[in-house]
Amino acid sequence: MSPLVSIVVLSVIVLTFGALLVALTSLIGPKTEQSKAKQMAYECGLNVPESEVSKVPVKFYLTAILFILFDIEIIFMYPWALVYKDFITEGKGLYIFFSMAVFLVIFVFGLLWEIKSNALEWE
Amino acid sequence: MNQDAFVVTVNLIKMAVIFLLMVQLVPILVWVERRGSAFIQNRFGPNRVGPLGLLQLLADAVKFAFKEEFTPGKGHKAFFYMAPIIALLPGVLAFGSIPLSIPFTLSGDGYSHTFATQVFDLGIGIVFVLGVSSLAAYALLLAGWGSANKFSLFGALRASAQMISYELALGLSLVGILLCFGTFNFSEMIAAQEVPLTFFLFGKEYTFLSFLPAWGIFYQPLGALLFFVSVFAETNRLPFDLPEAEAELVAGYHTEYGGLKMLMFYIGEYGHMMVASALMATFYFGGYTFPGLTVVGVQEFFSGTLQIESANLISIFTMLVFHVVLMTKILIFLWIFVWVRWTLPRFRYDQLMDLGWKTMLPWAIFNTVLTAVFLLLRGV
Repeated sequence: MSPLVSIVVLSVIVLTFGALLVALTSLIGPKTEQSKAKQMAYECGLNVPESEVSKVPVKFYLTAILFILFDIEIIFMYPWALVYKDFITEGKGLYIFFSMAVFLVIFVFGLLWEIKSNALEWE
Repeated sequence: MNQDAFVVTVNLIKMAVIFLLMVQLVPILVWVERRGSAFIQNRFGPNRVGPLGLLQLLADAVKFAFKEEFTPGKGHKAFFYMAPIIALLPGVLAFGSIPLSIPFTLSGDGYSHTFATQVFDLGIGIVFVLGVSSLAAYALLLAGWGSANKFSLFGALRASAQMISYELALGLSLVGILLCFGTFNFSEMIAAQEVPLTFFLFGKEYTFLSFLPAWGIFYQPLGALLFFVSVFAETNRLPFDLPEAEAELVAGYHTEYGGLKMLMFYIGEYGHMMVASALMATFYFGGYTFPGLTVVGVQEFFSGTLQIESANLISIFTMLVFHVVLMTKILIFLWIFVWVRWTLPRFRYDQLMDLGWKTMLPWAIFNTVLTAVFLLLRGV
């Protein structure tokens, strides 16, 4: 059996179990009247204005974009790490080392640029 | 029973076992967390329900089930219900791909079958685990957005920003160990750590104190440290539990949750901790192996000293011995999680981000370069 089938089946089992737990609460839990005050968002006794919730600081978008750039660069290093020893055994160690060294220099330059342009400053 | 039906049955049983193992360990972990914190803070902790308060979580679960169903009025109902269900997924999937012990063989007249103690054996196990565990960010974001509450939303945003930031250091700290062992497969990696520790000095190979195994921690001390710190941030545990900073954000992304739905977030969090501990044991501490404990040695102990004759029983017992070794390592790391939680104070958010991007990431790059240069000079 392919491992992919196992992964799908296991996910289905887990999600079904979770859905059952969620459904269980509405089945056996007590049912009381839902008033408007009860359904209000949690706050210390104040009325919550609707617009307040949809505002998200732009800083988080920036972090997410930077993460995508850097994460893809890191993923490129995984296959390199896998074949590194094989290349050294074949005597091409310097070639494989410097091909990644160039990449790493760009990586470090990007990180330094990011720090210099205050993209990582949290007040 | 034909072959296909047999394989399907075996796999389904494995899945059930792995899932139950995780769900059953969570109450024990919560108990350890409460008793441990009580022990550290010099108070009693739960001690009324059952011996040593062990049944406390059973009582809690029953109480959770009888809580009233509640959804916030302005929230997105679909997101609100999806979040706790998705939170269960990453831990179980990741745990399923980690080998828990050596395979065991059952044989009789006319049949013989070897069972791997792993739900799915993927060639790219490490990449799969990393990919699946980052799914946890979705559960937090859906919970925060679905609750339509500013405390939940800010908790979720902080949590996801923190998780993705530390994922960089986490991913990069593993490159060093991949360079050393050259494989993505967990079983091959554990097998590579069984041999005695050797080191090179001026072109000569020495075996160092022959009882020491070639565990990853000896080759990658810096990588192990970076990995361990990153998983604390990934699992949102103190000192990195900014998403739940109760002094400013009430309870973070699960402010609006209660009852069984909150319990599911807890199962997800503790499952994530168990996966992190298992990875720590597998990458840096030899997985299910232990120096001086060989498969043949354990089998001879059962057949010779204990006079067990059935080959099936010997095989199962040997598997269990190695499983206990791995579980002991996992439990030690889980205890460290609890210990750190009640020892270190919480960071400020800018300190947290600085640590992730400006300290851990450069050190992880340094670790990678150092390992590569060392391997190059050694000439493998």
